[in-house]
Amino acid sequence: MSVLPPVRIRVRFSKLGRVRFTSHRDVARMWERALRRARFPVRYTEGFTPRPQLSFGLALPTGCASVAEYLDVATDADGVDAAAELSRLSPLLPDGVDVLAAAVVPTGTGSLQEDVTSCEWEIEVPGTSPGRLEAAIRQALDASVLPLERERKGHVVTDDVRPSLLALTARRAGQGARLHAELATRPRGLPPSELARAIGVELGPARRTCQWIERDGSRWEPLVSTGIPDDTTWERAS
Amino acid sequence: MTSLWPRIEPLLARVTKPARYIGGELGARHPDHAAGKVAWLLLYPDAYEIGLPNQGLQILYEILNERDDAVAERAYAPWTDMEAEMRAAGVPLFSLETSAAASEFDVLAFNLSAELTYTNVLNLIDLAGLPVRSSDRGAGPVVVAGGHCAFNPEPLADFVDAFVLGDGEEVVGELTEVIATHAAGGTGSRADLLIAMAAVPGVYVPSCYEPRYDAGRLVATEPRFAEVPPVVDKRTVADLAEWPYPKQQLVPLVEVVHDRLNVEVFRGCTRGCRFCQAGMITRPVRERPLEQVNRMVRDGLARTGYDEVALTSLSSADFSGIGEAVTQVVHDPQCSGQVSVSLPSLRVDAFTVGLAAEIQKVRRTGLTFAPEGGTWRMRQVINKLIREEDLFSAVDAAFSQGWRRVKLYFLIGLPTETDDDVLGIAALASRCVEIGRGYHRNVTVTASVGGFVPKPHTPFQWFGQNTVTELRRKVGLLRDATRGNRGLNLRWHDPAATTAEGIVSRGDRRVGAVVEHVWRHGGTFQEWSEHFDLDLWTAGLEAAGLTLEDTVYRHRSQDEALPWDHLSAGLHKDFLWQDFEDALGEHGLEDCRWTPCYDCGACTGYGLEHVVASAVPPAGGSQGTGQDLADGGRVPVRFLTSRAPALAGSGRGAS
Repeated sequence: MSVLPPVRIRVRFSKLGRVRFTSHRDVARMWERALRRARFPVRYTEGFTPRPQLSFGLALPTGCASVAEYLDVATDADGVDAAAELSRLSPLLPDGVDVLAAAVVPTGTGSLQEDVTSCEWEIEVPGTSPGRLEAAIRQALDASVLPLERERKGHVVTDDVRPSLLALTARRAGQGARLHAELATRPRGLPPSELARAIGVELGPARRTCQWIERDGSRWEPLVSTGIPDDTTWERAS
Repeated sequence: MTSLWPRIEPLLARVTKPARYIGGELGARHPDHAAGKVAWLLLYPDAYEIGLPNQGLQILYEILNERDDAVAERAYAPWTDMEAEMRAAGVPLFSLETSAAASEFDVLAFNLSAELTYTNVLNLIDLAGLPVRSSDRGAGPVVVAGGHCAFNPEPLADFVDAFVLGDGEEVVGELTEVIATHAAGGTGSRADLLIAMAAVPGVYVPSCYEPRYDAGRLVATEPRFAEVPPVVDKRTVADLAEWPYPKQQLVPLVEVVHDRLNVEVFRGCTRGCRFCQAGMITRPVRERPLEQVNRMVRDGLARTGYDEVALTSLSSADFSGIGEAVTQVVHDPQCSGQVSVSLPSLRVDAFTVGLAAEIQKVRRTGLTFAPEGGTWRMRQVINKLIREEDLFSAVDAAFSQGWRRVKLYFLIGLPTETDDDVLGIAALASRCVEIGRGYHRNVTVTASVGGFVPKPHTPFQWFGQNTVTELRRKVGLLRDATRGNRGLNLRWHDPAATTAEGIVSRGDRRVGAVVEHVWRHGGTFQEWSEHFDLDLWTAGLEAAGLTLEDTVYRHRSQDEALPWDHLSAGLHKDFLWQDFEDALGEHGLEDCRWTPCYDCGACTGYGLEHVVASAVPPAGGSQGTGQDLADGGRVPVRFLTSRAPALAGSGRGAS
């Protein structure tokens, strides 16, 4: 039992290909098992049911791909060595889940859940021309309120989601279009499926490309990676 | 083989739990299909999260993929939403590994673990794009099935080409060779292939046998060809040590039942509980050597990253090396207190609680015992010889050592059962609550009550199942008797589902029409309460000209032909009858591992022996032996070494 505060290692990882159909909880279990297989010295909670101290960022909706997933791992080991070990963990993770970066988190850094303010998405829009997508986007951004019925703890509530739309742009992609979206995470996140209903456009596969922490007029990623898989391979990594 | 993945992928965005359909488990193989290799598709006819952990399929998956002449892939029943999407898009049943259509395989092999999954078997054959009736399938994959339910295969006889009785480890290889030879010949008919398969010991091809009826009753099931044996015997793997499988247990990406490392410590059980089909058909006891168990646990945990290991068997506290096996995990520095051990099927005694205390040093959540009967009289009838003192001292030990929740399993609808026996369940459970209150303010005792379904190849195979009305009345008695007791939580299995299970459990070949009726009227996933519908089953019975009374509720007579008389689990029919009579006379029968042989037939008939490491009963275990615990080490022991096979018809004590 260490009296020193644990070191936190932040990991950025991908979720591409078939494995994107697993849930947030599934991803947590994959990591727990991979860390045990690696005999990585994760810190455990005290008490009756010791749990590994892992803290995941914002849940990624089941079915969405990502190159910007985050996880903080608490350990009593040396931080630099531990980060290096975690950066080599990909072979113990399922296909499509790869470590993109790992680094020691400076003390005083907030948790992923608290800090992240927005997410960027690339969303396929098959069967819609960029022009039509552009028109739908303009209409949504021009609206002063954008009411959306959604479920919250078993109740249907109507929220104004207009403040969540930070940026929306349309691009041509093959036969259809691609939507680039930056969506706020507060007061409540807006997943691509709800964005589709809010702007009235049927959306295809989505990929989270960035998570942003914005504070005092500047913004940064929780952890930058230089080795992100390129655009042509993300859809069918399997 | 063509991958259907591009057509499957778009469906996954619209279904619940899409990861059920993506494969990618740790341990999954990437089979290399090639000419000359027999392609097996192993199927579990229920949802992925129920089917994936099935150890039988995982064992065969590895054994087949290790062969040069075979490949094996897997599939499970798509949930109803996925099935609707597949049918709408014209996507057939596909394998998880290569997304290949099921119809491209040489063999579709089903595991049959529960009767109510049978409608899913038909549904999967249909989803594969094949006719559901064997007689309509002149070509395409052969459909085979194994598992415990294969010991009465008649309700599926019209749909499945061949059944495997008993342990499958050796048979799958032999069937592969037969199928490969047939394919290489290139000219033989489907009938030729099936007759060749029927020549493999342990393989039952129903189309080679003809049931005869007289006045609406089965009178015999006889071979149609001279080439097939009049009685098909089960297969038994004599030495578990030769089969250390699964070596690479599958670790799924999604949460499944029994989501942990499973290591089988022994197969078979001779406790002799008379209601228990598993204990009868898997005899004799074959223990895995302790060193092998330890190695499988150590290697398995390191490979999988699981934080829980189950030492599995029909009664794991009976394993000779159980203490050592548990201690190894608990004290392994590599596990450092983070790995928990679970022992399914615990005996009811203080030794067991001691073992559980060792295991659950930290997490003392709940302990489960299965006294099964509410009174000593009832437990003598079913040969589950747990005395009240055994149960109360086990429960006392549990509460005194920190547990606050105890779960008790019971059966209702047992032979000779009176209302006093039923109410005895409430009395036992209430007494357990009182014991608990001596230690803690808040305790919970859950009494979980299931309706008894008589099973083939057991002493109770002649017994008429309680009617659905009678089972409901008995549940009502228990509800009244337990009402107002805050610490006592009564749960019960739906008597309607018990009744449907009874239709299939001892049904003859005519019940196949009932299964087909239920399936054709949308009755899939009948194991699931949200999909189960007894009305479909009773309508199916009526359409087939059968009745619940005749199929389920009626007592069978000693001389009556049973639908599984031409299939043998090694047990002499007159042994079973004698044991039934002993049951009715309230006489218990000792565990033959540690007492003289009473010639049930499971060993002697096949020239097998029990493989146990200890010649004495495990410390403290009175259950099933009825012996004074203090007497444990002095039970007269005689080991079978070699004996001439018993003569057909020779009964118990006829040695």
